[in-house]
Amino acid sequence: MSIELQGVTKKFGDTVAVNNVSFSVREGELMALLGPSGGGKTTVLRLVAGLEMPTAGDVFIRGRRVNDLSVQQRNIGFVFQNYALFKNMNVFRNIAFGLKIKKWKRARMQARIEELLKLFGLEGLERRYPHQLSGGQRQRVAIARALAPQPSVLLLDEPFGAVDARIRQELREWLVTLHHDLNVTTVFVTHDQEEALEVANRIVIFSGGVLEQVGTPREVYDQPANEFVARFIGAMNVLEAKVREGVARIGELEFPASGEAEGQQVRVGFRPYAVQVSADLTRYRYHAVLQHTFFLGVLLRLELELPSGLTLRARMTKEDYAQQGLEDGRRVSFQIRQYRLLAGEAAALGPEAELQPETPPVLGDYI
Amino acid sequence: MTTFFPGKRGTAPRAAQRGVEESSLAKWTLIGIALVFCVGFLLLPLLNVFAQALAKGGAHYWRSLTEPDSRAAIRLTLMVAAICVPLNVLFGLAAAWAIAKFEFRGKPFLVTLIDLPFSVSPVVAGLMLVVLLGQQGFFGEWLAAHEIKIIFAVPGLVLATVFITFPFVARELIPVMQAAGTEQEEAALTLGASGWQTFWHVTLPSVKWGLIYGVILCNARAMGEFGAVSVVSGHIAGLTETMPLRVQALYEGATTATTAAAFAVASLLALLALLTLGVKSALEWRQARAERIAASGAGQR
Repeated sequence: MSIELQGVTKKFGDTVAVNNVSFSVREGELMALLGPSGGGKTTVLRLVAGLEMPTAGDVFIRGRRVNDLSVQQRNIGFVFQNYALFKNMNVFRNIAFGLKIKKWKRARMQARIEELLKLFGLEGLERRYPHQLSGGQRQRVAIARALAPQPSVLLLDEPFGAVDARIRQELREWLVTLHHDLNVTTVFVTHDQEEALEVANRIVIFSGGVLEQVGTPREVYDQPANEFVARFIGAMNVLEAKVREGVARIGELEFPASGEAEGQQVRVGFRPYAVQVSADLTRYRYHAVLQHTFFLGVLLRLELELPSGLTLRARMTKEDYAQQGLEDGRRVSFQIRQYRLLAGEAAALGPEAELQPETPPVLGDYI
Repeated sequence: MTTFFPGKRGTAPRAAQRGVEESSLAKWTLIGIALVFCVGFLLLPLLNVFAQALAKGGAHYWRSLTEPDSRAAIRLTLMVAAICVPLNVLFGLAAAWAIAKFEFRGKPFLVTLIDLPFSVSPVVAGLMLVVLLGQQGFFGEWLAAHEIKIIFAVPGLVLATVFITFPFVARELIPVMQAAGTEQEEAALTLGASGWQTFWHVTLPSVKWGLIYGVILCNARAMGEFGAVSVVSGHIAGLTETMPLRVQALYEGATTATTAAAFAVASLLALLALLTLGVKSALEWRQARAERIAASGAGQR
């Protein structure tokens, strides 16, 4: 194990920022700490780095308990959200800083910095100061600086938060490539589930300082541990329903709910991609009006309004949409392929039930 | 933009031009007011000081500055400044560091305390020292018993000046340090730097300009302080007279010769102030040039 947390709690005064969190990161893994802001994920990262000390619990790096080791002794690379480049130093001296502190020999230092400049596409910018760089360049300098002294783990706090959307996609792909090439254990914090699903090998999901689930992107998406995860990862339609004669009913919709008590109040959740829409009104059982179509790229998001006034979200590819000749305001028929029953407590998340034989999801379904 | 909106080509420059005209009127009015003010209230009096100083000729000017009492005053002023400025740099750095980087109870109180010398009249500050440390003062007997002389001696001058110049460095540093935040320092720590290395290589350079400016203001005030110093000095020519006190003493001599001498010493004070400003400008210019060279050098490669 490269990083391990055992029962770690961190309090700031009376506020519990991190509550009894345990998880581990394997050697060479690219791990995302995901959660809404204020979820405690940045605090966890700072606890690993040694910038915060745990109130209770143990932190291990490469099998060694590091609770009593200072930041300087932990040999970690940390990239701050706003990069925290040394403003009074140029790119070369920023990257050299850690090596000078560790008293590297001049020739070795020179070679290492040149290697990094090349790897990060920063050649020719050595003498520039941070304020003379673009956002993307600054981030690359920050990562190069963190990696220069060959840390055992690389920690990144919201690495894509401070750049605009256009560069963000580029940087994500670049981070994956970089991680693949260097194979250094990397942990990054993000509040963007899309980013976590796309970039990470595994994801740790936090909310309110509590660890909700650890798993691969597919695991947390397909088998969410609780309702919070189910709703946080990917979009989800959630409807309040009442069970009558073994069926959860809401408006005209019916979901088999055998095992639930008569009169029980339940919530039904289903992914937008589980809603199949057709322009042919005889094709599916339910009818609705297509209110709005949102263009998300390859996929479209459809908002359906049912005669009972319910609104649902559905997903559809651009080709399918064009082929069926759909447009806003049209009447459509639809069915719901898969759904889950969500009970009151987060722990009681029902298994995914299928109404229709499933077609295997394609990659786009995860967005 | 013109390629995307060819139709707007005709209108855009005209609108822009009118905008410039309106703002240029305001601009020149403001510049004019500032200029009149600077010339009327700063430059003319300054020139007058030099004119009066040289009214009796260059030889008299030189003699006024080199006579023993004046030389002693110059020496004393420089010495007091040389003691006060480093002390207040240390204090200012510590106070600004504490206020900008830490949260603790009583922080607003500390900030108010730092401002105290600004709000208290310098004469009151001087009297405070006399009441505490003078012969009839609180510690007077004890000091007399140990043969320590503070009031009407050099230590009193230093204490009064330190008190008066107390806020300058801290006040300049606090906003700069707050703006810099703690991230750069934390970054240095994660790269293995010790607390001292972090301070020396990261914190100090990032507040360099605030510090230099604070030192310049502190120094100018330390050399120019009159009120507090006047109370504790005792006005012993050649012993406890700083330059501002010397100027007053000479001016009160009320002969044309002593008046010219007063202006001569005053002109030297003004020169010292101009010198410190010159040093600051030169440093700023050098820094800007270094960055320009770095930028253009990086562009060419």
